[in-house]
Amino acid sequence: MAECHPVGFQWVMEAKAKGAKVIHVDPRFTRTSAVADLHVPLRAGSDIAFLGALVNHVLSEGKEFRDYVVAYTNAATLVSEDFRDTEDLDGLFSGYDPEKKLYDPSSWQYEGSEAAAAAGHRDAQYSERTDDSSEGQKRAAGGQSHGSGGPSVNGDPERDETLQHPRCVFQILKRHFARYTPELVEEVCGIPRELFTEVAEALTANSGRERTTAFVYAVGWTHHTVGVQYIRTAAILQALLGNIGRPGGGIMALRGHASIQGSTDIPTLFNILPGYIPMPHAHQHEDLASFVEADAGTKGYWGNMPAYTVSLLKSWWGDKATVENDYCFDYLPRLTGDHGTYNTVMRQIDEGGGGYFVVGENPAVGSANAKMQRKGMANLDWLVVRDFSMIESATWWLDGPEIETGEMRTEDIGTEVFFLPAAAHTEKNGSFTNTQRMLQWHHQAIEPAGDARSELWFYYHLGRIIRQKLAGSTDPRDRPLLDLTWEYPTEGSLAEPSAEAVLSEINGRDAEGKPLSAYTALKDDGSTSCGCWIYCGVYADGVNQADRRKPGQEQSWVAPEWGWAWPANRRILYNRASADPDGKPWSERKAYVWWDEGQEKWTGHDVPDFQPTKRPDYSPPEGATAEDAIAGTDPFIMQSDGKAWLFAPAGLTDGPMPAHYEPEESPFENAFYGQQSNPARQTLSRPDNRYHPSGDQPGSAVFPYVFTTYRLTEHHTAGGMSRFQSYLSELQPEFFCEISPELAAERGLEHLGWATIVTARTAIEARVLVTERMTPLTVRGRTVHQIGLPYHWGPNGLSTGDAANELVSIALDPNVHIQETKAATCDIQPGRRPRGPELLEYVAGYRRRAGIGELTGTEANRR
Amino acid sequence: MTATETRTAGGGRRRRRGRGERSMVPEATFTSYYGRPIVKASPWTADIPAYLFLGGLAGGSSLLGAGADLTGRPALRRSARLTALGAIGGSFYALVHDLGRPARFHHMLRVAKVSSPMSVGTWILTAYGPMAGLAAVSEATGCLPRRWRDSLLGRWLPGAGRGAGLLAAGLGPAVASYTAVLIADTATPTWHAARRDLPFVFVGSAAAAAGGAGLMFSPTEEAAPARRLAVVGAAADLIASRTMESGMGVTAEPLHTGRPGKLLMTAKALTGLGAALAALGGVPAVGQRRRGLSAAGGGCLLAGSVCTRFGLFGAGQQSAEDPRYTVVPQRERLEGRDQAHNPA
Amino acid sequence: MTATTRTGSAPAADLGYDQPPPRKGFFTDTSICIGCKACEVACKEWNMVPEDGLVLSGMSYDNTQGLGASTWRHVAFIEQPKSLGTQETDLQHEGVDALALAGGLTTSPPPSTRAQVDLGMPGTVLPGAEAAVGTATPFRWLMESDVCKHCTHAACLDVCPTGALFRTEFGTVVVQDDVCNGCGYCVPACPYGVIEKREGPSGNDAVGLAQKCTLCYDRLKGDLEPACAKACPTKSIQFGDLDDLRERAQVRVDQLVAAGETGARLYGHDPDDGVGGTGAMFLLLDEPEVYGLPPDPVVTTRDLPGMWRRAALAAVTMLAGGIAVFAGRSSQ
Repeated sequence: MAECHPVGFQWVMEAKAKGAKVIHVDPRFTRTSAVADLHVPLRAGSDIAFLGALVNHVLSEGKEFRDYVVAYTNAATLVSEDFRDTEDLDGLFSGYDPEKKLYDPSSWQYEGSEAAAAAGHRDAQYSERTDDSSEGQKRAAGGQSHGSGGPSVNGDPERDETLQHPRCVFQILKRHFARYTPELVEEVCGIPRELFTEVAEALTANSGRERTTAFVYAVGWTHHTVGVQYIRTAAILQALLGNIGRPGGGIMALRGHASIQGSTDIPTLFNILPGYIPMPHAHQHEDLASFVEADAGTKGYWGNMPAYTVSLLKSWWGDKATVENDYCFDYLPRLTGDHGTYNTVMRQIDEGGGGYFVVGENPAVGSANAKMQRKGMANLDWLVVRDFSMIESATWWLDGPEIETGEMRTEDIGTEVFFLPAAAHTEKNGSFTNTQRMLQWHHQAIEPAGDARSELWFYYHLGRIIRQKLAGSTDPRDRPLLDLTWEYPTEGSLAEPSAEAVLSEINGRDAEGKPLSAYTALKDDGSTSCGCWIYCGVYADGVNQADRRKPGQEQSWVAPEWGWAWPANRRILYNRASADPDGKPWSERKAYVWWDEGQEKWTGHDVPDFQPTKRPDYSPPEGATAEDAIAGTDPFIMQSDGKAWLFAPAGLTDGPMPAHYEPEESPFENAFYGQQSNPARQTLSRPDNRYHPSGDQPGSAVFPYVFTTYRLTEHHTAGGMSRFQSYLSELQPEFFCEISPELAAERGLEHLGWATIVTARTAIEARVLVTERMTPLTVRGRTVHQIGLPYHWGPNGLSTGDAANELVSIALDPNVHIQETKAATCDIQPGRRPRGPELLEYVAGYRRRAGIGELTGTEANRR
Repeated sequence: MTATETRTAGGGRRRRRGRGERSMVPEATFTSYYGRPIVKASPWTADIPAYLFLGGLAGGSSLLGAGADLTGRPALRRSARLTALGAIGGSFYALVHDLGRPARFHHMLRVAKVSSPMSVGTWILTAYGPMAGLAAVSEATGCLPRRWRDSLLGRWLPGAGRGAGLLAAGLGPAVASYTAVLIADTATPTWHAARRDLPFVFVGSAAAAAGGAGLMFSPTEEAAPARRLAVVGAAADLIASRTMESGMGVTAEPLHTGRPGKLLMTAKALTGLGAALAALGGVPAVGQRRRGLSAAGGGCLLAGSVCTRFGLFGAGQQSAEDPRYTVVPQRERLEGRDQAHNPA
Repeated sequence: MTATTRTGSAPAADLGYDQPPPRKGFFTDTSICIGCKACEVACKEWNMVPEDGLVLSGMSYDNTQGLGASTWRHVAFIEQPKSLGTQETDLQHEGVDALALAGGLTTSPPPSTRAQVDLGMPGTVLPGAEAAVGTATPFRWLMESDVCKHCTHAACLDVCPTGALFRTEFGTVVVQDDVCNGCGYCVPACPYGVIEKREGPSGNDAVGLAQKCTLCYDRLKGDLEPACAKACPTKSIQFGDLDDLRERAQVRVDQLVAAGETGARLYGHDPDDGVGGTGAMFLLLDEPEVYGLPPDPVVTTRDLPGMWRRAALAAVTMLAGGIAVFAGRSSQ
């Protein structure tokens, strides 16, 4: 966190100064470790084994926060008889189809209820609900489990509050994690037993009524073929310890860069609409009614999805959206399959043609298997790159690695490339949404230089011009564009659209056009409009609430008047859980939100995440829907059962509970199950994207080392914002790899000399930094060396070097299609890499020696 | 990669860094930041050691010139005065040339700071320069056309020359010795540690050089004082150097290592040889070869003085480049202090 | 009698400023530095200090390597086989010296692009087939943001022959570019090796002139804190009135020592040290020289009176010698 989020890390240092114990779990000793109380190095890709053992420690030692668990989680809920655990199936859950490598989640349901998927999923199960199913849609629906949300539960699932029933979630969990022992952690993660025990005890000692523990993670957890399940394990742990919805608790997702949170709230993702409303699929004759049918009778706030959706459609198509035309629901695009980044790249390579906008990204350097990214871009009609500097994604056709190896010739590339300089955040107004869901407004300091323009400017004027060109068209397919509400006031000599006007549109307006102040006011009758229901209230009273900057010392410790957090300026989600079922704080020390009997309402330091006047003893009447179906004791109001999920009956494509699987490429056999790697992971084996043999498979010794990629404080992601700046480049002037002294000795690598790092994809070269911060680990009786590769570099700019992502294969998490960049295998040799065509031959030689073929690493990996 | 393990200065890290040589005294252990220097070496180049030498030569020559003037040695007087002018001219050039912004030389004439040897030196030179100049110019009297010699100028010039010469002679030693303070008043370990005896080394070296020049450019019959000055100066130089080094502890090391070490060794040899030859040149028994021996001796002494200044300058630069010479003495000082506080 | 006064903590007043503001300075607490280098960048941005070279130094994450004409804030990174207070790590090395294994630290450029080293053929036998008996080795990673000390008795200021270096009303020491004539005397005079003449093509900004931290004199005049302190995310760099900072520093060091960080000590806080105390003090976790700081710095001009006396004596001796050589027979 100190490495990549130094500004946010000030709060960790402040907590430490107040006596908090900081534990850092990372394969490398980083700037965070340098100031942590405890650094726990582990093998990259073994986190579920580690976290799972913590879960087991809590359950077997009875360290869970019992009252919290019984009342606020689904521990007591009974699971269907059809469910089979990895314990029964040696690493598989019930419902696995080895042909399609997909799970059918129906056997994971609660007893006596039928659950639908989380946000982004409901529509996927449309197919089960209506007899329309197509593989593409199942896969596309895949694990698009973004944001909050729960299943729609029809009828009340059976519960056993004693947690004794063999099929209650608590017992299932206990059995499932029983094999995650400290011994196995030592063997798999390379973490000595004593060290593990120390962490476990620190964690449990700092959780409960009086104390809470927070988890912080970044892409070191997400970039795996089991990334989503990493987070799930932490969520289970935090729910068991009562660390959710309470001050000092929670799980912080540190995002990739500024406003990534905002880019999922108001998504740049193919499969969800603003506010995590699922993108409709291309079903036959689906209308708005059947789209939301998936939620008919849903309990919890998702029961209001019709209001959120209609208000969204109204904000996009305004008066053109009427009840008669289904509020222009048909104007929305439809999903026909997986349109994720990597699938798109495959289609670029295979089908070619089309256009591509690369905005504030540098896939030629920053995405897994950079070569395929470039090959995709080389097969387009046109490519638009918008960035501050002339990044590799805009110049690959001239001097990219493929030009050097002769795989591409500039004169053969048909793609027309447009580079459009972009304005920096200092050159425009707008907002950042951080990981706390807090929007903070930033003001323009100077006009952008030269032709640089903001994204807002670019897309507004692009839309304006397209609409001009289409004006008068009678072609029905042009209606969605022509009917859009596209009137934004512009300011200044550059005709910059008003960012605040956009914010106010996102906030939403009532029938009189007045700004709305809360999403509870949204209607499904077309009388309200709202661009993103969770942002409703950011422009309450016509005031830009995100622009508030009242200093901390001038307000309460929750600091509600600094910026604005969605939803409803709530700083901690599900904060009703900070009080016991009767509405009293669990402890004075951790009091946050409580029920005030006198005032007959919820009150406290933060905005209660609960209906303000719903009594703790409220129990929903028969047939109640939406929030009315949530009992006074159910804090997790977005879930239809109001509970935190220790077991996920739906919403995940790779199992209702986390299980340790080895990465796509690993030097070791899975010590937990016969199933080597995530059975539902997505692999795309093709000549440019071959995988390594793992574990005991022949040839795996050709790639004996583990490498992991990461960032340095001095640079920004793929370097577009840093490698072109002298003040940053001089701080880390060159690409390097970090290795332990032992590995240096083993391979004859010299400090500051050159090393060549090889995978089945390609070979790159890096200067060598030998450091004791990299430690060899003893895993399964063997010494394993890990190689650290910061991934910022590319050939352009002041600070240059090969791109680490050239090495990474495309193997994806099935839920969110994220690539596995944090754990893979490689070889390392002293000296510089071969150049030109020799490089291809060199890598081919490795593939031959390792006996790599099309099927390597793609089979279900049963033993 | 461990940054700062305690190591022996001559060994380990420094050798791997390919800098410096094995030290010659027993190696003290010390710690440093990747073997990087702590203090910065002066940015000065050859200009400054040249300046040190020329200043000394000028000062010594003015002394010789005045003496010759008063004791009726016209040839010696002339050569000494001209040497002084040439030397001081050269040192002015060196001083200005050394500046990052030469055009701003006059900025030093806007302040007088006793805390800045360079400021003090600038004023000494400003006073000394014109005197030495006038003394030298007065040598032109003899070349004036007859009718001018009787003119006011003609009658005034020799007197002015004598007066100026005497003043220059009075300032000369200061010109020769202040430069020792100039370099000793720094954090450069070897220079600062040499501060006690360096002025004596410098005046000795200056006297030797001036005497040497006198021997080279004046007839034997007038050269006796130059000879004595040369021999005495050389002796003073050698003795003072010996005393200086013995008191410097570890910071004396750079005086014996690297190129500066070689220069200083050469300097001692040349100075000794020069003094011997000069003395020999004074022995009547040697007969005809006296002039030659004297001139050779003078040459050696001049060369020796040059080597001394370049050697001492380089040794200082070398001492700044190696953290050892900053850390070890300061550590010793601290330990000494601790002992003083609690002898037990 | 050096030009700076000996009365310590109020140099500005002692230099005749009429009711100057309290002396300003830095307290850099290295125990909470995370090495983000924001101070280095903020300093350069505000003061328009040019880039200082793109060199991979191999000195941990420190590619700046030290203070100089074009680096006024410098973050040192020290990887040590020592434990940090109560910190626990599980790095497993068998007393190896990384550099010894790695063949030594060198900042020389790597072999040229075309100089291909034989990459060899990888074995198909698994390396490290048997477990190393790795034992947890003590290790810590120290970081320290260094800066000009703004000494109470500043050698650079003392020896400057033009008055380009001066003491501000805030008690800080600043170079005036338009007065400096580039004589470079201040460079060897500084006991910390801070100030330096800027190299580069003449004509470029301040080339040939002495350069160093100004403690953001211009910002101070505008009641703003220096850029580095402003940018520091963890408050490792604290700016304020020197007297307050001294108290804060003492409290903090006592805390740390009590918490078991026995190596914690203050540096530059003592008005009785060789430079009369500094305007930028530090909380260090190891000996000063570990961070590249002198253990017992002394302002060189402290010895100047003695030097002048010796020089005078030498001059007189020379004069006497000069007279002596003319004594005796007037000619021969």
